[in-house]
Formats: sequence, C-alpha cells, structure tokens
Amino acid sequence: MRAVRAHSLARLLAATTVAALAIVPIALLAIASVGRHWYWPSLVPTEWSLRGWDYLLSDGAGVGAALGRSLGIAAAVALIAVAAALPAARVLAFEEFRGKRLLLFALLLPVLTPPLAAAMGVHAVFLRAGLADSVVGVTLVHLIPAVPYATLMLTGSFANFDRTLEDQARTLGATPWAVWTRVTLPILLPGIIVAATFAFLISWSQYLLTLIIGGGRVITLPLLLVAFQRAGDDAVGAAMALVFIAPTLVLFALVARHMKEL
Amino acid sequence: MFAQVMRWLGSQGAGTAFRLAPVLLIVVGLFGTGLVAAFVESISTPDAGALTGRYYLGVARDGEFWVSLTLTLWVAMASTAIATAAGVALALLLSQLATRQGLAYALMQFPLAVPHLAMAFVVLLLIAPSGWIARFGAAVGWISQPADFPALVYDRYGIGIILAYAAKEIPFLAIVTTALLVRIGPEYARVAATLGASRWQRLRYVTLPMLAPGIVSASLMVFAFVFAAFETPFLLGRPYPAMLSVVAERRYLSLDLNDRPDAIAWALVMTGLAAVTVQAYLALSRRVEGRGRPVVF
Repeated sequence: MRAVRAHSLARLLAATTVAALAIVPIALLAIASVGRHWYWPSLVPTEWSLRGWDYLLSDGAGVGAALGRSLGIAAAVALIAVAAALPAARVLAFEEFRGKRLLLFALLLPVLTPPLAAAMGVHAVFLRAGLADSVVGVTLVHLIPAVPYATLMLTGSFANFDRTLEDQARTLGATPWAVWTRVTLPILLPGIIVAATFAFLISWSQYLLTLIIGGGRVITLPLLLVAFQRAGDDAVGAAMALVFIAPTLVLFALVARHMKEL
Repeated sequence: MFAQVMRWLGSQGAGTAFRLAPVLLIVVGLFGTGLVAAFVESISTPDAGALTGRYYLGVARDGEFWVSLTLTLWVAMASTAIATAAGVALALLLSQLATRQGLAYALMQFPLAVPHLAMAFVVLLLIAPSGWIARFGAAVGWISQPADFPALVYDRYGIGIILAYAAKEIPFLAIVTTALLVRIGPEYARVAATLGASRWQRLRYVTLPMLAPGIVSASLMVFAFVFAAFETPFLLGRPYPAMLSVVAERRYLSLDLNDRPDAIAWALVMTGLAAVTVQAYLALSRRVEGRGRPVVF
C-alpha cells in the first residue's frame, strides 16, 4: 500500500516538474513585464503598469526593425539549410563512399564544438570580402551550425524511409517529379519541417556569431535582449524576452505533432 | 526552375559529390576556411612575416586559462549529470503516467523552444538575491533580507549557469529517453515480468541497459553544448573566473588588437578539446547503431 502511494507521489512529482519547466518561465516573464515597482519582499509587483511594453513598442526601442531582421535571417537560414541538407542527407543515409566517416565527423564539428574559433577566422575573411557588418554575412555565418544540424537530422529521416516505395511508384509509371511530390516528399515532410524549425531556432537564438560578424551593427533580437537586460530594467527586459520567445513557441506548437514521429 | 531542382533532388543519377556539394560548401568552404584562417592568424607574428608559437605558449602559461578550463569542465559535468539523471527519471515516470501523457510530452517541448538567453533571464528573475525564490523564502520566514539568500548567480561555482542548463537540458534528455523507450518497446520488460522480475529488477537489468548507449550519446551532446556555452555564462556568470567562451569573446572584442591572436589561439584550443568529445560521441554512436549513423534525436 505504501509502495503504491510512493509511486503515485513520484508520478505527481514528474507531472509537476514538467508543468513547472514549461509554465514558470512564461508566467514569471509575463508578471515581471507588467510590474512598475516590485519591491522586496513582495511576491507580486506592488504596482502594475504597461510601461515596459510601451517602451518596447515605441519607435526609439528599435524592436520592430530587429524583429523583422531576425525573422528574415532565420527564415533564410531555415530555407537554405533544408535545401542544402536534403540531397546530402539522402546520400549519407543510403550510400557508402570513401571518406563518409570523415564527412560525418566534419558535420558534427560545427554542431558540437564552440563556434568561436571558426567565427573569428570567418570574420577575418569577411572583413576582406566586405561581408563583415552585413546581414548577408550574418546569415552566412548562421549557416555554419544550422546546415550540419539539418543534414544530420534529415539523414535520420531518410534512414527510416523505405526506398522501395519509390521503386513501386516508378514501376507504375510515375515520373521522377511525381515520385518526389507524391511519395518521397509527403513521407519525409514531418522530418523536413522539424529540421527547418531547428535551423530557424539556431539562427533565431544566435548572439555570439551575430555580434562578431555583424560587428554590433546588425541588430537582431538577441542583441537587443542583452542590451535591455544589461540596462537593468526588468520590466523592459522581461517584455523583450517574451517578444523573443513568442515566435519560437508558436512555431513549436505548430510542429509539435511532427516531433513524436521522429 | 523549381520543378527542375525538385527533379534533380529526386533523381538517383546525380553524382554523390554533386549532391553533397551544397553542404560541403558550408562545412568546408565556410567553417573549414574559418578554422584555417583562424589557425594561420594564431601562428603568425603581428607583421605576418614569420611563424610563431608564442600565442599557444601564452595560453598554456596563462593562469586564467586553467582557472577558466576548470570552471568550464565543472559546469559542463555538473549540468550533464543533473540533466541526465533527472531527464531519464522524468521520462521513465512519465511513461508510467496513466492519463495526460500527450499533454506532458507537449509541455516538455516548451523549454526546448526557449532560447538560452531568455532562459538565463528567467533564472535570474528566479534565483537572484532579490529574485522570486528569495521573496518566497522571506514570505515563509526563512530569510529576512536579500543578503541572507545564498549567492546562486554571479557566483564562483557557476550554480546559476548549471541551473539554467538543467532547465533546458532535462527536457532534452527526457525527450530523447522517451523516443528510446518507444523504440525498445514494452516486450522485454514484460518477458522479465513473467519470469518473476520485480519492477526494480526490470528497470535495473532490462530497461536501463537497453537505454544506456542512447542516453550516453545524448549526455555527450549536452556536455559538448555546455562546454561551448556562451550566452548563459555571459549573463549569469561573474567576470572572474569566467567560462572559456566568455573570456575568448572578451579578449577578441577588446580594444587592444594585440589581444586578438591570443583570443584566437584560446578559441582554437577549445575547439581541439571539444573535437575529442565529438570523436568519443562518434565512436559511441557507431557502436550503438552499428552503421555509423549518429543518434541526433
């Protein structure tokens, strides 16, 4: 009897942990963003106001421009990453060739090692090529972690893909185009969507690479977030953090059902 | 044009190298070039006239490097240990949940979508000396003023950094473990049950050994992520001792341009150390999959 109770207690703890990890961050940011004064030791702000949001929405804050820039760069990165990764992932999943192990190692390096050294080298090259301090340069440097990540994820999708389905379609007279649009693409779509989402998120969250290559002149949301946090105004910082998180949460909510199928 | 690209994607005939080209352009053309350019700068004298090893010697002799390396390894190991233990436990418990399992899994993906910068800010609001937990402590009478609260942010031991990573990586480990559990299926545990194995015995001798390889490779990924960490220690750490990436960035962007080759050498040493982890990860996932396919998710 006691064992049963201990067990359901553990399950309750697990459920609470999940809820806390998911809800506490958003709730806390939302409360902090509308606090005017939040003096110690009050548990909730002593005075409420929309000052943080007002400032964020004002022209001087530059949030609109940064939001647009971040969205544009991240969307471009997601699109390019998936387009580059698809053909390579198919090769990696189905073909054996010389140097395959080396290639896998080379793909894992940008994902798992600190991007700093390569970014410093790329910076030197971009300075000479006139790409430093530009949106194009920042987009290119975001591709360094995003493309290998998308490639590795899609290699996993292809590995679970039954190629004989394509053969069957071909035997029935389907053109290569029809095979791709009616067979391959629909089956791989969940994997493609998830890979694109992660590529988007990698670019969206990027602070360090944007700072180094953009030279502080390409202002994206993470740069603004750090600036507001450093300024020490919690209401503005929290509102900014919510604006920063909202698109990724919406994106994840939209693609969540595909993640289970991985 | 679009149709042609798609047809090319679907065709089997296009050469292997041709289809690898776009990815190689990024990995070799951009990442590889970056590393080589960085390396060249790190072994050249300021007038680029001769080769020198002085910047690497400088890193080796720099006391801050060893302090920073120690802190980085500690934070990476502690975060990985917490994320692994709690993440696996969470997944195992959730798999026992009778109802609302779908909701639990959906909620678990939330923290994955929260970028590190935002999570660091949340952690700050929670555990700073005047943060919400300290206020709660005051409300129930544990402490009377912010100074009574233990230093969990900007602290020597990177506690705040470790907690922020735990919040992000526990769900990651839980999601990976859940996927592994689904792949294993319940059959083996059931067989053990019919043979008289207790709940604990099934976990210890059946489920965990089957999960182990996948869990270890996910843990190594977390270790590598935290080792490379910048944003979280940048916001939650103190200037000294600081984690490796934070110091490298500070020196690279310092006004004294003479610091640059030093920062680059420092960053390349980090890359070398991390590459060893990646090699371990690959060797491990090769053993798991038997086909050289790394477990990414």
